[in-house]
Amino acid sequence: MIREGVINWAILLGLVALPLWAVFADEIFTITLTTRVVILALAAVGLNIALGIGGMVSFGHAAFFGLGGYAMGILAYHAQTYAALDFGIVEIEGTKSMPVIWLVATAISALAAWLIGLLSLRTTGVYFIMITLAFGQMFYYFAISWGAYGGEDGLSIYVRNGFPGLNTLVPIQFFGLCFVALCVALILQWRLRGSSFGLTLNAARQTPERVETVGLNPMKLKLLAFVISGAITGLAGALFADLNRFVSPAMFSWQLSGELIILIIIGGVGRLMGPVIGAMIFVALEHWLGGLTDFWHVYLGAILLFIVLFSRGGVIGFLTGKEGPHV
Amino acid sequence: MSEVILATQGLQKSFGALKATDDVSIDLRPGEIHAIIGPNGAGKSTLIAQICGALASDTGRVELLDRDVTALNTEQRARAGLGRTFQISALAMEDSVEDNVRLGAIGAMGSPWNVFRPVSRSADVVARANDALERVGLTGARETRCADLSHGQRRQLEVAVALTLEPKAFVMDEPMAGLGADGSKTMTGFLDGLRDEAPILLVEHDMDAVFALADRISVLVYGKIIATGTVSDIRASDAVRTAYLGENA
Repeated sequence: MIREGVINWAILLGLVALPLWAVFADEIFTITLTTRVVILALAAVGLNIALGIGGMVSFGHAAFFGLGGYAMGILAYHAQTYAALDFGIVEIEGTKSMPVIWLVATAISALAAWLIGLLSLRTTGVYFIMITLAFGQMFYYFAISWGAYGGEDGLSIYVRNGFPGLNTLVPIQFFGLCFVALCVALILQWRLRGSSFGLTLNAARQTPERVETVGLNPMKLKLLAFVISGAITGLAGALFADLNRFVSPAMFSWQLSGELIILIIIGGVGRLMGPVIGAMIFVALEHWLGGLTDFWHVYLGAILLFIVLFSRGGVIGFLTGKEGPHV
Repeated sequence: MSEVILATQGLQKSFGALKATDDVSIDLRPGEIHAIIGPNGAGKSTLIAQICGALASDTGRVELLDRDVTALNTEQRARAGLGRTFQISALAMEDSVEDNVRLGAIGAMGSPWNVFRPVSRSADVVARANDALERVGLTGARETRCADLSHGQRRQLEVAVALTLEPKAFVMDEPMAGLGADGSKTMTGFLDGLRDEAPILLVEHDMDAVFALADRISVLVYGKIIATGTVSDIRASDAVRTAYLGENA
């Protein structure tokens, strides 16, 4: 069996090597595909903090992904139309600056996660799953009916947003930005898991009554994790919107929430690199099998079934021979 | 120091028509072990849950060091100085022994919010956790996953987590449950030494342990305290004998 650290580094190196090779081979689409992997992995890293460490099976994380996407879409739309955002008492200019957009996307997603978490975390189990799904769908239907920003048709952004010192229109440079964001999120997850907060959050998942009897509030711990999780997924949404230069209500859809969960299960719930390997497999299947048949989800379902039945620790669990991240 | 560390006054809890606890008034004094005994279904676990704040009482009050803590929830009561152990071990089974006691230490110090600094670098947390492990004799098993511990070791770990809180009073729900004769003897010896640190309200079925440890015993039957006294008082009580052995005893 292979040590998890070795696997983690191999995955990261592979993720860097593939687009670098694509630059030399002039395979631009491969860079775009890898960027998609990185962004989906970033969204799933966010969910992994809530689901893998905190045990919160959120079926509504697309809400944060969509909020991040629409934060980008709306700010960029107002910048390209030179029309300020009118809040009645105050007008705000749009922007094409990625750092500003990321800040807004993470702040809005964090705020939404706080509000949703505050209500959802009063429930557990299947009720938590259902209430988060309901919140996600609320955003989805709101976006469909939001005619000012494209409604059902979504919103196109004609030029990719900018980052100081970089030409984000060059695919490998945009990949680099997304990869750095993913690495920062992975470092955060790694450090969080070993911190006081991670230890207590992990205990709150397993034995909330014990956490209470040592004087801590499991709900507050989970709420903070949910906020951090939502913020990271929101950032991924903003990057995803920039990758496609398009936002649509599909970013809020329950299918996307489900796909994020699937990525984590395939990679390994709670594993540091679980979301990354999960996203790699997901995008590979989507690309190659999707080219062969419209019914590629059947194969995805078969893989998921195999993993759930025979390798509860996901691909990383299979490779390390350890079912859980703490075993 | 207060004459009474922990006290309940007229605690009552009903589930529909069933009175699980009925006008229960007990107290716990410095340095003593006060055992609560009673047959199955007497209301002992309900009483523990009411005292620790896991279950809201219909009427009555709970005082800790002369402070009314009735309105406080479990975590607030823990912070006020109540250290609880569970009848069925409530431990983070996936985590190591060390992580379980560190959880207690983090709770005791109220410092769970650092998301970036490794807990192993928190000298206070580590020292407090190590001290608790050493006291219960689990230092050698610190890296063992909790799920891989023997039942007896889990009971020890339960106590170790409570120790990290340095509580004003312990509330222990059947710490001997499932222990063999040797394990029970070891735990009895340990609890005997613990009373000087903080008094213990002990719910226990192991009568040998209760009679060896308790300064006072209260007998709970159908939710009511039918007798309170020393070991010899309880042994001599007709009411207790009748409750345990039936009318013809």
